[in-house]
Amino acid sequence: MRWRRWILYALLLIVAGLWWTRPVALPDDALAGLTGDAEAGAVIYAASGCGSCHRAPEATDGPLAGGRAFPSPFGTFYAPNISPHPTAGVGGWTDVEIASAVMRGVSPGGAHYYPAFPYDSYQQAEAGDIAHLIAYLRTLPESDAANRPHDVGFPFNIRASLGGWKLLFARPGWVLTEAPTPEIERGRYLVEALGHCGACHTSRNALGGPQTAQWLGGAPDPSGEGRVPNITPGGLDWSAGEIAEYLKSGFTPEFDTAGGEMVDVVENTAQLTDADRAAIAAYLKAVPAVAP
Amino acid sequence: MPSFLNSRTIALVCVTLAGSAFAASHLSPEVSGAINARKAHMGLYGHNLGPLGAMAQDKMPYDAAVASAAAANLAALANMDQSTYWVEGSDIAAAGGRAKAEIWSDRAGFDAEIEKLAAAATNLAAVAGDGLDAMKAGFGPVGASCGSCHKAYRGPRP
Repeated sequence: MRWRRWILYALLLIVAGLWWTRPVALPDDALAGLTGDAEAGAVIYAASGCGSCHRAPEATDGPLAGGRAFPSPFGTFYAPNISPHPTAGVGGWTDVEIASAVMRGVSPGGAHYYPAFPYDSYQQAEAGDIAHLIAYLRTLPESDAANRPHDVGFPFNIRASLGGWKLLFARPGWVLTEAPTPEIERGRYLVEALGHCGACHTSRNALGGPQTAQWLGGAPDPSGEGRVPNITPGGLDWSAGEIAEYLKSGFTPEFDTAGGEMVDVVENTAQLTDADRAAIAAYLKAVPAVAP
Repeated sequence: MPSFLNSRTIALVCVTLAGSAFAASHLSPEVSGAINARKAHMGLYGHNLGPLGAMAQDKMPYDAAVASAAAANLAALANMDQSTYWVEGSDIAAAGGRAKAEIWSDRAGFDAEIEKLAAAATNLAAVAGDGLDAMKAGFGPVGASCGSCHKAYRGPRP
């Protein structure tokens, strides 16, 4: 009867693992004392690129109706409706529920979200900025579009397993641990926390975890064709001023222009201040060079 | 002589090498010519955008004559007939490069982008000599047109 004992141990181990990696929402008082300001939230919204993924496919404006497809090696994810519609969107959610989704990847029903949603970046954001963002999201137009279920096969369709992914890859903390100047520190906040640049510009391992040793060193393009470029000093030799100008006008130093997804990104970074674009450039000059 | 270096293996290696060489150079002269022409055309856009962009970004003092000449070149380029550029079989998957298949699957949308650039460049040529502010106002839609076409129809770098 020894095998029965081993099965018991295995079950206990699985239960302990699931408990250890269970979805943990923000505490109820996470936003206590913070007042969201929609005007400040508009800047956070642009810096975080929410609209680029959550607008309807091909739309350049209009409600955050969701529906855009994100192919990946694990299946195709579809962005959900995050407009303030009371039932189809997030209008019926409390502020803490929205903040838990953004900063912890946990749904109001207590399930893990897939990391196609870059909560591993947003967890580094200031709670006050998220309060501003939520105030702004509540001012946007509603859409009654229904969410499309993700098209993800076994075993990745087991959401409980995402707790393990979070444990391995969504650990809090900065990639660039030392920020020698306030400008680089601000750039680090914009790139690592809000802008989630690493979501596309950093390669991923077989489990979809970012390879932080190759931070911003470029990655295969998710479309399957070409590469997302290396934007460390090892791959990008533009001056800080040229990087800032690109993030404002979309023009490279050779007067080529941004293309593909970066057109959306530049539409967002164009809404930041010159100081913030300079901070992003200073940060990109400060990250370790990844060999091309 | 090791047994794996027999004549059959060597023949197989030769055939494989010849095959990969063929794969790299299988493009028809029509397709490779079109791709070269497109790259050259894009290079001329970039060259002529240079002084206009530098003036618009306040990195170079405004010079009406220089701005007018560059804008006239851009307008001429943007209005050139491109019917021999976008030939079938010259997309990323078939020929490498960066032209997305959407150019052919959504030809009307692509043609609308070409028209948009032609209109913006023609307008810029008309106003480029009228002072820095007029030139900047005309330059904006040209840059936006580059961006919107590259967003939908240009793929990432290899």
